[in-house]
Amino acid sequence: MSQPFTRFQGTDRYLSNESLESAVNCALVLERPLLIRGEPGTGKTLLAEAVSEALGMKLIRWNVKSTTRAQDGLYVYDTVQRLYDSRFQDKDVSDIENYIELGPMGKAFDADERVVLLIDEIDKADVEFPNDLLNELDRMRFVIDETQREVAAKQRPFVLITSNAEKELPDAFLRRCVFHFIDFPTPELMEQIVHVHHPEMEASLVQQAMETFYEIRSMKRLRKRPSTSELIDWIAVLKAAGVTDVKLEGNLPFLGALLKKEQDLVAFADQLTGGRRWRS
Amino acid sequence: MFVPFIYELRAREVPVGATEAVALARALEAGLHENSLDGFYHVARAILIHSERHLDDFDQAFLKTFRGVEVEAKKLKDELFDWLKEARENLPELTDEERALLEELDPEELERLFNERMEEQKEKHQGGNKWIGTEGTSPFGHSGRAARQGIRVGGKGKGRSAIKTADARLYAGYREDLTLDVRQMQLALRKLRTFTRVGGDEELDLEGTIAATAKNAGELEVVTQPPRRPNTRVILMMDVGGSMDPFAHLCSRLFSATKKSSHFKELRTYYFHNCVYGRVYETERFTDPIRVNDLLHECGPHYKLIMVGDALMAPYELMSPGGSIHWEEDGERAEGIVWLMRLQKHFRRSVWLNPEPQKYWLGNTIENIASVFDMYPLTLDGLGEATTHLMKSK
Ligand SMILES: Nc1ncnc2c1ncn2[C@@H]1O[C@H](COP(=O)(O)OP(=O)(O)O)[C@@H](O)[C@H]1O
Ligand SMILES: [Mg+2]
Repeated sequence: MSQPFTRFQGTDRYLSNESLESAVNCALVLERPLLIRGEPGTGKTLLAEAVSEALGMKLIRWNVKSTTRAQDGLYVYDTVQRLYDSRFQDKDVSDIENYIELGPMGKAFDADERVVLLIDEIDKADVEFPNDLLNELDRMRFVIDETQREVAAKQRPFVLITSNAEKELPDAFLRRCVFHFIDFPTPELMEQIVHVHHPEMEASLVQQAMETFYEIRSMKRLRKRPSTSELIDWIAVLKAAGVTDVKLEGNLPFLGALLKKEQDLVAFADQLTGGRRWRS
Repeated sequence: MFVPFIYELRAREVPVGATEAVALARALEAGLHENSLDGFYHVARAILIHSERHLDDFDQAFLKTFRGVEVEAKKLKDELFDWLKEARENLPELTDEERALLEELDPEELERLFNERMEEQKEKHQGGNKWIGTEGTSPFGHSGRAARQGIRVGGKGKGRSAIKTADARLYAGYREDLTLDVRQMQLALRKLRTFTRVGGDEELDLEGTIAATAKNAGELEVVTQPPRRPNTRVILMMDVGGSMDPFAHLCSRLFSATKKSSHFKELRTYYFHNCVYGRVYETERFTDPIRVNDLLHECGPHYKLIMVGDALMAPYELMSPGGSIHWEEDGERAEGIVWLMRLQKHFRRSVWLNPEPQKYWLGNTIENIASVFDMYPLTLDGLGEATTHLMKSK
């Protein structure tokens, strides 16, 4: 731990700040998982790529879905394939190892070099999922029951866990992690992010698009407020369609790129036309 | 300095214990704070805080402890180590895990390393609000691969100072009292669940079948029963618009949590603005009105009524007949408060959930409405108590 290591300072495609870098570096040095929370579109997933790129570590992704179980991350034993193969004589079905496939976490432990393991959107899985991961995250080793082989991390991977802001994670889990909350980008930061993605874009259009974007975000009663990705996509379509200026009004070009829910389009129209329809 | 800081955090119910303190000691030992108070702010926050709800507590505790204070590095770290040593001996609330952590940690070793670093930096000491100075040795050496310097907002040193950052109180909006997510709400609402077995559509009673078959000496005997059905009917009435706008997000979460709950036999949702008069509406945009009298006719007293609103309005809206300027029809002119009392009387069980913090519940219309409805704050605890109340028999 006391040996010098390479610190993370962002990349030329990923905007970071002191506080985010500090959290990443704490997690790297303390060898604890880094939990990143924030609204969708605040660059949580992209951070894993940035760390991997900046520090030259391989990135292993584990995209969590509602059906994901902790076991999937370690390994899966393909019994069906084995059963199937046993009907023919051409494969060695006696060696179970042939039917064990390491999951993302297993692969991260098994790697020869230190890797980045991204556990993306942990909040999507069942409530018990984070608890089920605790042990392996701590010890960084596990045993494959079927073969008794132990998979142990040669180098503790840098584990980055992302979660959208709204879901509670268990205490025991939280206390093991270094934590960082990514704020929604300020307009200044957003301008730079947009610039990274659309470097040759005309400044005045970017300015107008951003103003409109933040205004829409501040509207009341939106179920899903547009985020960074939506803004970047929207600017891309504006550019492609040759739009030269945008103003916040009824027929905003390609509004669908920003607001994707029917109710939100209604709320938008409401607030734009009637102003405030209720007195306070 | 350090100990008051930790206790300041604990006083604010931020769960800081030995686990966090040990991690922080390690980070300081590794020099992650780069020898500045600003660095310390970020490192301590990343390690001591585990949820955005506590970020504001962190900022406040940090300000209280460090504002206008000349921070002396030696003392801070001494205190941290003393505290850790002491924690090992006399903190009764340590978990086994924390105890093991402390065992593993060798304070003498940590201290020695720390002192070495202090010695190295003595000459560079700059005092002031800076910790040891800004040019101390860095733990970040140059091993094999060199990192590319990325784009950084504000640039190093140009960012705001820790005190300024803390002072901006950027995270006040994430405080616990303001956050409540859909899943938590769903869990709380689950208490409203009751089931009955009535009606046709038989389903297989597996246990009954096994028992009967066994009794029958293994001859299959199929037993069926009516399926289990949810038996709770709920009416949710929400105040929207105006002073409720700041709570729109919270209310929409409550709304989706209720909608998603599959354990109600029936769920009706209605909207009103400020107070209920003769009608409530089926949409947030106040279309599709339904007369309250008709509603009471349709829905028996066994429905559970959940009112949601800040209960804040001009007194005349509550106290004078047809307080709403829109309401004059049907000869049903009555004061808002009378309509509320009618609703409350009709249903055996009802609650009012209020998103407004409880400390503002006195000396305004909230007080009046709370004398009609059993009122609970729209927080996780409040929701829990409210559902318990709704399930009490009467
Ligand atoms: N700090 C940043 N630097 C550069 N681009 C960013 C940054 N934050 C967000 N973005 C842009 O926003 C998009 C969404 O980011 P993503 O990592 O997918 O968000 P999240 O995982 O938080 O939902 C990225 O593809 C990128 O275009
Ligand atoms: Mg993502």
